Amino acid sequence: MISVALWLVACLLALAPVGIVLSARPRGSFVLYGACLVLTATLCMTALLHLLDPAHPVLRATLPVGLPWLGAHFRLDALSAFFLVVVNLGGAAASLFALGYGSHEESPGRVLPFYPAYLAGMNVVVLANDAFSFLVAWEFMSLTSWALVVSHHREAENIRAGYVYLLMASFGTLALLLAFGALASGPGYDFDAIRAAHPSAALSSLVVVLVLLGTGSKAGLVPLHAWLPLAHPAAPSHVSGLMSGVMTKVAVYGFVRIVFDLLPEPQWWWSMVVLLVGGPTATLGVLYALMQRDIKRVLAFSTIENIGIVFTGLGLALAFKAQGLDWVAALAFTAALLHVFNHALFKSLLFFGAGAVLEATGVRDMEKLGGLIHRMPKTAFAMLVGCVAISALPPFNGFVSEWLMFQAILLSPQLPSWGLKLIVPAVGGLLALAAAFAAACFVKLYGISFLGRPRSDVAASAHETDRFSLAAMFALAALCLLAGILPGLFIDALAPVSKAMVGNVMPHQTGLEWLTIVPIAESRSSYNGLLVFLFAALCGTTAATAIHRLASDRLRRAPAWDCGYPDANPAIQYSASSFSQPIRRVFGSVIFAAREIGEMPPPSSPRPARLTVEMRDLIWDGLYAPIANAIGFATERINILQFLTIRRYLTLVFVALIVLLLVVAL
Amino acid sequence: MNALRDIFSQGAQMLLVLLLAPLLTGFVRKVKARLLRRRGPPLLQPYRDLVRLMRKDVVLADNASWLFRVIPYLMFAGTWVAASLVPTFGNGLLFSWTADLIAIIALLGSARFFQALAGMDVGTAFGGIGSSREVMIATLAEPAILMTVFAVAMIAGSTQLPNVAEFMGSSAVGLRVSLGMAFVALTIVALAENARIPVDNPATHLELTMVHEAMVLEYSGRHLALIDLSSQLKLLLYVSLIACVFVPWGTATADAGVAALAVGALLYLGKLAVLGFLLALFETSIAKMRVFRIPEFLGAALMLALLATLLRFVSGSL
Repeated sequence: MISVALWLVACLLALAPVGIVLSARPRGSFVLYGACLVLTATLCMTALLHLLDPAHPVLRATLPVGLPWLGAHFRLDALSAFFLVVVNLGGAAASLFALGYGSHEESPGRVLPFYPAYLAGMNVVVLANDAFSFLVAWEFMSLTSWALVVSHHREAENIRAGYVYLLMASFGTLALLLAFGALASGPGYDFDAIRAAHPSAALSSLVVVLVLLGTGSKAGLVPLHAWLPLAHPAAPSHVSGLMSGVMTKVAVYGFVRIVFDLLPEPQWWWSMVVLLVGGPTATLGVLYALMQRDIKRVLAFSTIENIGIVFTGLGLALAFKAQGLDWVAALAFTAALLHVFNHALFKSLLFFGAGAVLEATGVRDMEKLGGLIHRMPKTAFAMLVGCVAISALPPFNGFVSEWLMFQAILLSPQLPSWGLKLIVPAVGGLLALAAAFAAACFVKLYGISFLGRPRSDVAASAHETDRFSLAAMFALAALCLLAGILPGLFIDALAPVSKAMVGNVMPHQTGLEWLTIVPIAESRSSYNGLLVFLFAALCGTTAATAIHRLASDRLRRAPAWDCGYPDANPAIQYSASSFSQPIRRVFGSVIFAAREIGEMPPPSSPRPARLTVEMRDLIWDGLYAPIANAIGFATERINILQFLTIRRYLTLVFVALIVLLLVVAL
Repeated sequence: MNALRDIFSQGAQMLLVLLLAPLLTGFVRKVKARLLRRRGPPLLQPYRDLVRLMRKDVVLADNASWLFRVIPYLMFAGTWVAASLVPTFGNGLLFSWTADLIAIIALLGSARFFQALAGMDVGTAFGGIGSSREVMIATLAEPAILMTVFAVAMIAGSTQLPNVAEFMGSSAVGLRVSLGMAFVALTIVALAENARIPVDNPATHLELTMVHEAMVLEYSGRHLALIDLSSQLKLLLYVSLIACVFVPWGTATADAGVAALAVGALLYLGKLAVLGFLLALFETSIAKMRVFRIPEFLGAALMLALLATLLRFVSGSL
């Protein structure tokens, strides 16, 4: 089975040069995306079959490429099978979406060759079984995605996004390189050898910190997130969906593979670090999202939030595993992985919807949208499902993973260490805040762009998107509902992963009556998405039928009432900025140093009053700007070295040699 | 026999909450009027209003979408399902295992999500102001109630409401600081969630301070009736929730006979009357807050709930 997977990945890789040829042909993008769809769908099925195989075999393969004395090692176990499913499900959905969307691309030559290569890179990261292949694939994935980010290179904003992304990706790879260097110093690069070795506690702690930096910068953990909201929206929308929905998950894979699998038994304070990063990431990410007015930036910031939730779950799993409560660790770990899967579904869906809007109107700014539910009813319906699902509301899938996470938090008084006892409830509070903010954020996104009246001519003349894009969105929306009402199936599929990583599994779910999920015991908690959905549907239809039959079903149209002050000008509506004004005022004054400056003209003046809002990104100002300034300062000082005479250069070389020899001698 | 009784109990509960909800609202209005030395509308006025609204034509704004017409049913369905899962007179609910307390809160969250969307559908200034303020209130009220749920669930060792109620009714619970804090937090959240004074005024119309009324301004006829009924159900739900968690005495146990169920029902009516009276008394004795004072009010609830949870983490007996 692993050879099938590797062949399919090789085909994806081979598609990259074909893409150069195809990009010149009129139907080229259709053919290429079609081929990608077939390949990723097959890969997804292969991985799914492996994940559901009751024997849970671990397959290995070695290819004679890479380092000559090492070769490239690959391994397919439950963890990589699960992430292969996520990667290729997202890949297949994006390819299906791009069958229609890709034809609008202005310069296909800048997208088509890199797209299959990017997909192949993500697959190889998940399959790699030695540090060298892992890092090469990781870097390959970063570079191909960078090429896609700057594909619309004429916009200055995209070039800046690509630059920041490249810097952060290099930083992340450097951290991972050091981590693997520390791990592989004794046993060598092969993951199997690293797994068998027993590094000292200090060394493994160092590795954890480095891995958190390396994978966290790719996943978008605060404060390493600065590149993400720039780069993800800059790419074409199907690639944005892949970057947000899938590539961040590959980073999560890297973290899980190294910390849960390659390293020995965790120390309890590792979880403190992860929780302290994960919880604030969740809340801050979504608060940033609330302040945006660019629809794709909102989605990118919301990805940061969801990554925070995933890392919180992983931190809880680490804490419980370190304290020997592996049955609770299994619950937290399963919740985190389920959220990985769920977020891949709804974030891809939402980015596709944003792509459809962008294609139909040409704008990403919500202040210019509005009323799209009339012009794009099908896209609007799919987006509504995505918005409800990502806001963690029943009966959709986002709620299930957050519910499981809360159940794990409720079990944490059993943790013996005091630090964790104080941090876990605080993190629980942050998660609750994040969930509430997410609902507010997506009410805003949907309400401003799809409801109300059009705020510009382009929004008023928008048109429904093509059938391939719609098919991709509806397939993802259906999966969101399915994972929400039948979560037991998905939890059971994750059991082998949890068994391999934390050494225990959640109780078997699918045998329970009505497919209820019971994470610990029936007396403690249970949830049945299917029945909640059926009940609500039944109550709603009963009420509708009864009222229409017994009372009245008459309806007439009239101008809007608006308390007697209707105004034909659509500018009278709430805008994206005014919608979040109360939240900005309540939370933003500290977190964003937000200030509102009202400027009133003197009584006799006919000048209009002005309101200016100032907001600052304190993380950028406090962390990135000083580093950038320091580098700028240093380079300017060193710059004089470029303008010396030959004689001085020779002197410099001589002095350098002497110093070097002295250092070596001492 | 047991299954039959459970089905009866669940069905009775669903009908009971639906029938009682307008009465509770009418009762609170009546008491408030009496406290202000007015005569007030008759107790049954909310029923009459509902029937009258149901019979009227729906006048729909020109650019209202299909979503606007579906939302009243979605809200009603979500609230009704949630309300029928909170134990009222008896703990033996057939479907109580389908959704625990967290899921009930989330169901109400779904209803609110759709309500806020409805406010923005027609594209008027009032609708937007209502939705915007509603989500601002929700961003504090939802975490507060979730933390309250955490505190209560950790004390009772379960998030299933019947189990919580049973534990709270037993002698094992004792006097706890954290429960007191959780009670205050839950009360504040209940006031905010039901658009009561001091957060919002259920009696206003056409005021810049209104929140709930602003969102539903464009609704009429049967749609408005359903939304009104949903808010009445929500009020009943919160009162029942407070009764079930903090005053659980007399609620019939899961295997109780007919007599115990009858006693439970009578006691439940008594609890509703007392809590409704207290609500009216509180509302008449306090002024409505400015919009930007509300976050401080709700922030206090959030802090109290977080403290209650922390106390539970620190010590098992507090």
